[in-house]
Amino acid sequence: MINIIKKPLLQLKNISKVYPSVVANDQINLVIEPGEIHAVLGENGAGKSTLMKMIYGVSQPTVGDIFWQGKQVSIPNPATARKMGIGMVFQHFALFETLTVVENVALALEASEFNLSVLANKIEEVSERYGLPINPYQSVHSLSVGERQRVEIVRCLLQDPKLLIMDEPTSVLTPQAVQTLFKTLRKLSSEGCAILYISHKLDEIQTLCHSAMVLRHGKVTGHANPQQETASSLAQMMIGQALPEVKKAQKTFTEVRLSVDGLTTKSASQFETALSNINLKVHGGEIVGIAGVSGNGQNELVKYISGELTGSSQANNVVIMDTPVDGKNCAQRRELGLVFVPEERLGRGAVPVLDLKYNALLTGYSKNMLTGGAIKWIKPKKLQEFTDSCIEDNDVRCGGRDAIAKSLSGGNLQKFIVGRELALSPKVVLVSQPTWGVDVGAASFIRQELIDLASTGAAVLVISEEIEELFEICDTLYVISEGQLSPATAATDTTVSEIGLWMAGMWPDGPATLATNDNTAAQAQGV
Amino acid sequence: MIMLEPRDQPSRLMQWLSPLLAVALTVLCGVLFFSYLGLEVKGAFYVFFIEPVSSMYGVGELLLKASPLCLIALGLAVGYRANIWNIGAEGQMVLGGIFGTYAAMYWLALPSYLLIPAILLMSILGGLLWAGIVAALKNWFNANELLTSLMLVYISFQLLLQVMTGTQENLALLQDPNGAGFPISPLFEMKAMLPMFSELNWSLWSTTRMHVGIFITLLFIPVMWLLVNRSFLGYQMLVAGQAPAAAAYSGFNQKKLVWTCLLISGGMAGLAGGLEMIGPNGQLQASWKPGYGFAAIIVAFVGRLQPIGIAIASLILSITYLGGESAQSSLSLPKSITLLFQGCLLFFLLACDLFIQFRLKWKPKNQQKTVGA
Repeated sequence: MINIIKKPLLQLKNISKVYPSVVANDQINLVIEPGEIHAVLGENGAGKSTLMKMIYGVSQPTVGDIFWQGKQVSIPNPATARKMGIGMVFQHFALFETLTVVENVALALEASEFNLSVLANKIEEVSERYGLPINPYQSVHSLSVGERQRVEIVRCLLQDPKLLIMDEPTSVLTPQAVQTLFKTLRKLSSEGCAILYISHKLDEIQTLCHSAMVLRHGKVTGHANPQQETASSLAQMMIGQALPEVKKAQKTFTEVRLSVDGLTTKSASQFETALSNINLKVHGGEIVGIAGVSGNGQNELVKYISGELTGSSQANNVVIMDTPVDGKNCAQRRELGLVFVPEERLGRGAVPVLDLKYNALLTGYSKNMLTGGAIKWIKPKKLQEFTDSCIEDNDVRCGGRDAIAKSLSGGNLQKFIVGRELALSPKVVLVSQPTWGVDVGAASFIRQELIDLASTGAAVLVISEEIEELFEICDTLYVISEGQLSPATAATDTTVSEIGLWMAGMWPDGPATLATNDNTAAQAQGV
Repeated sequence: MIMLEPRDQPSRLMQWLSPLLAVALTVLCGVLFFSYLGLEVKGAFYVFFIEPVSSMYGVGELLLKASPLCLIALGLAVGYRANIWNIGAEGQMVLGGIFGTYAAMYWLALPSYLLIPAILLMSILGGLLWAGIVAALKNWFNANELLTSLMLVYISFQLLLQVMTGTQENLALLQDPNGAGFPISPLFEMKAMLPMFSELNWSLWSTTRMHVGIFITLLFIPVMWLLVNRSFLGYQMLVAGQAPAAAAYSGFNQKKLVWTCLLISGGMAGLAGGLEMIGPNGQLQASWKPGYGFAAIIVAFVGRLQPIGIAIASLILSITYLGGESAQSSLSLPKSITLLFQGCLLFFLLACDLFIQFRLKWKPKNQQKTVGA
């Protein structure tokens, strides 16, 4: 580590951010030295992003002082932050899909530096130096998620940052790509660039970071050297209690309840992934997982199973409970015993501006909540009972059945939606990203619910980007890559690194092996 | 510096205060307007807002105009809640008038107790047809209903000319054979007309032009309230409007919702057209441009898309018509004064609605820290 400046690079003193209904940050103190990789650890909603936004100038602290290289400063906007030497890579990339890499990078620079060919050379130079190979003239829409992240990082590095903020950078990467990213970050750190690394993944923080600050409910609950802590002691600081363990049940599989047979589709636009010859089976009592980096066809596959998309090249290739469902819509598929938890909670799984009663009605109406013939009337009492039981049985923390859906935290809303779906006595359960943006406590609750449900005989299909989650709950695993599905493998017969390779499309006859037969390891690193 | 700051939750208070504020601001605007014209403000206000309803006749006129406004707006609100923007109720109303007139002219063989329902059903059919075109274009060709419904208004005016204008030798379909070639229908027979209150010997109303059509509107208020607030269909429409992806997720048939919403609003606008024909008008004229179809859009919004609110809002809009008329005769102001007040009302309502989602905040300008490094 090189320490040229004696003063800390960045110091926050008693920073608070107060929103009308919540104190997002409460008296935060933080010191970062040059070259330090500093983790900010916390559950969703703990206030990590709020803090980073204040450092990057997106918002201003309500109270408190920021010191940069010993001088007190205010950072009114991100442009100022960039000039000072602060770069940030957001969790959700800010790239224009229709422009090339170099054009995207140019947009973030001063107008005076606008010379595309000079800039392209610079991009190549920087990307080689830090092991982030990238073609400056490629269009962004044709890049994989990992490559897009590289564009974001290179864009920051071109401005010679002294501090790089990374917001949940690994949530979209394969395990191999994570290793590549860590190499880059370590090299940056050795050259004196400090890194603020935001994550809730404990193992990553332990392998990468020099120091860690833990946030809970907007307050600092501890500073730690992550290499000297255990995962469970970090978790304890993060959620205030020990991690609950998920219990697996004895398994007996019954008949096939959901099968997809040779599903092939065309993509309606360049931003959709076409599915190619998808085959999968889910038995009663079985939990099947589909791993994969997002954007490889998960969305499309889910919609073809749920019924939000219908009509493919072949008829009858989705079968639920022995009934071919081609041409049946979501409601008709629900009647066969399918329930579905989508990855987008607000706007798809729930209506943001409606209260929980009306959100319970969204799919719960089949539970004897309607009366009448041509015009159906709502039975208010049944609806209230159903809503109350969804709330109570799933420990949903909210202002009661009249609370508006968007007022709930991500984890609580997800518990409510999962509870609503599971209360419909399902025969087949389709769950997409069950614990995305959900706090650790709620996540293990939801996983336990899925396991318990499978043990009562339901067939469960889980699509997730979190490999650990899939290994924790699934009996059988598939991997999706570029619209193709790998063969099935029992979770006990495979390893995280094998699934990681498969996520890069490298199963026998997978999409990556068809493209290039040699140099497969390098390819995997590249995704 | 004054800043707009988003609220955490939409303000319930502002939701109800906003229309009241809009009415108040419209009145204020009227004060400025009248005093700019050099009119005595108090007197002008009396002429505009009080005089029209100072007699039983005036009250009758108020209700006569509020009735179609309310009926049409009730139908429109159903669609607006589902994000389906039918702004062509004017055209659907004209079609209702044309279809109703056809029945009133040619089906006179029917006894009165069948003829009147037949006329009204025909006028509903006219509105359904016109709104059905909009729904079909939206569902089959993904055509924006804002554009198609509005364009069909102008087509409906042309259609009206078509069925009303011919020559003495070659009469158009709905033209009066004894009308010397004028573009008017015959005056409808008594048996085709809705009974008036005065004919029913309701002495209080003897001076008014009130007819029993208003009871149809009054019937629709609770019916639509139930549909919107208690039925599954009303719920589905709300979900489709607020979160289309959630409606798809739940499996609501969105195309069916488009049909339903447009047909309800079109049918009710058509019915309003028929009621105008066999109520106060008694005759169809080629120059008929009711205006209620457009004003009802304002009514629906001022009424917060809720049936009770719409009933009240229709009275407010109705008075701008009456006030405009009396301002014409007593103050020699142009007819467009009505539109001016209606425009003000909608403008102020939309402006006030901003404060449902946002609030004003004072922010001190000077912050004394150094900027940047």
